[in-house]
Amino acid sequence: MEKKATRHGYSEALIEMGATNKNIVVLDADLSRSTSSELFKKKFPERFFNVGVAEQNLLGLAAGLSLMGKIPFASTYSVFASGRAWEQLRTTICYSNLNVKIGGSHGGILTGPDGASHQALEEFALTRVLPNLTVFVPCDFLEAKKATIAAAELKGPVYIRLGREPLPVLTTQETPFIPGEGLLMKEGRDVTIIACGSLVAEALQAAALLEKEKISARVINIHSLKPLDENIIIKAARETKAIVTAEEHEIYGGLGSAVSEVVVKNYPVPLEMVGLADSFGTSGAPEELMRFFHLKDVDIVAAVKKVITRKG
Amino acid sequence: MDIAQLEEQAKKIRQDIIKMLGAAGSGHPGGSLSSTDLMTALFFNILRQKPKEPRWPGRDRFILSKGHCAPVLYACLAELGYFPIEQLLTLRKLGSCLQGHPSCQDVAGVEVSTGSLGMGLSVATGMALGAKFDQSDVRVYCLVGDGELQEGQIWEAAMSAGHYRLDNLCCIVDNNDLQIDGRIKEVMNVYPIADKFKAFGWQAMEIEGHDFKQILAAYDRASKTKEKPTVIIARTIKGKGISFMEDQEEWHGKAPNKELTAKALKELE
Repeated sequence: MEKKATRHGYSEALIEMGATNKNIVVLDADLSRSTSSELFKKKFPERFFNVGVAEQNLLGLAAGLSLMGKIPFASTYSVFASGRAWEQLRTTICYSNLNVKIGGSHGGILTGPDGASHQALEEFALTRVLPNLTVFVPCDFLEAKKATIAAAELKGPVYIRLGREPLPVLTTQETPFIPGEGLLMKEGRDVTIIACGSLVAEALQAAALLEKEKISARVINIHSLKPLDENIIIKAARETKAIVTAEEHEIYGGLGSAVSEVVVKNYPVPLEMVGLADSFGTSGAPEELMRFFHLKDVDIVAAVKKVITRKG
Repeated sequence: MDIAQLEEQAKKIRQDIIKMLGAAGSGHPGGSLSSTDLMTALFFNILRQKPKEPRWPGRDRFILSKGHCAPVLYACLAELGYFPIEQLLTLRKLGSCLQGHPSCQDVAGVEVSTGSLGMGLSVATGMALGAKFDQSDVRVYCLVGDGELQEGQIWEAAMSAGHYRLDNLCCIVDNNDLQIDGRIKEVMNVYPIADKFKAFGWQAMEIEGHDFKQILAAYDRASKTKEKPTVIIARTIKGKGISFMEDQEEWHGKAPNKELTAKALKELE
């Protein structure tokens, strides 16, 4: 399967939109090569602003540009976008409900050798508590591209979680991307794996492994963490009566928590979570870290077996 | 307005501020009163605006980065007809559009929500950058406090405004020399202010912030300056106009009770 990074889907969409929509402007904080926003800069240098190593000002300038009718995309590492500049995101952008888009690249453990300081494992928790904010977590290059285009079309603030590592391209040009709607990737009866981002590919592999053991697993891709598609989650709880969540993120405050909130309120069923648990990351090769932190298909398989034993 | 009219208008604004805070029972008189003359000159003589059409694209922009001084902004907006003057007495009450700190989703004339210090100058810089990009002659003004200059984001913004040579941006520092915990110099020294901005490529002016002649001259010079943003460092007196509040840090964030409200209003007659 072809592999491409979500950050490149983001920049490709920016360039495509930039050609027709003169209001699209892009900002970066000295990471334009890494976030890949430099591809936009090459094409439209007059609409690119490098603010230097100053993430709080990055979001402030983007806010000001949005108030003058621009559609600013602010790019930096997600640990800085969602962490260092969190209060600017909260008070300046979300409280004012400004039309600012944020591309947080290098999210998650796959950031690899840079280690814990650069591996954003808290951004779902930090962003999904913010009123007015839409949060996208695309699972592949094409979905990232669609999420970026959807972000420009939506009115209001949007945060997009992007990654450094190439991921398998699971979706097609034709796969719909509807903000706020989960995507059914595979039908199944015995259990539902609800995943986002890089873990969608692992979830599909896990479902294939489970198939061999006569366990039929449904796979849902939550590309919109906020607003969250409650219906698809409740339906899964009702029909398969067991859920496993999988994310390249802390389970506390992340997708696991978000899905649990829906399940507990509406249709309680046993639920297991795959993700980091109250832990920082560490340096290592991306794939190695996925194994080290138990984020692989086999780990999802183990969680499925556990959750099935808990079914009534 | 001529200077006598501005002085009369400023007195009205100060009366509004005292009435609002008296009715609210909480809020920030000190900085609202110290910046009243700067704000009056700006809102009544300088800003191009259409109060009946608050989203008019050609308007000059104003951002109150020191959001706790919302009363002075609300009073200016109400006196200009952005909303009915009676609404001022709903300040800080449940259901009122006049939040304790300005919310742009609630009040016509508020460009962006503020209240957490240090954030406004970045937004103003982004607006000025957007206006330049559009080759529009819109000017952007931002009022900051002197204590607020202790926030790091202010200097990120100052660096970028100088870098982009935003001569359509004017930052006004309400230099009343007091912050919540005391004298600026004693809490955390931010002086010299002018030299710091100059180092980032700004034109810096130091004026008396209660002298309308100097205030108007500074705004005029800022608007004629090319290739550089301007900072006007205005020496002011916290609580200006009310004898018992003047230069007293305790009046930073405390509303007058009924008796003191009446006393303050009497002084403003």
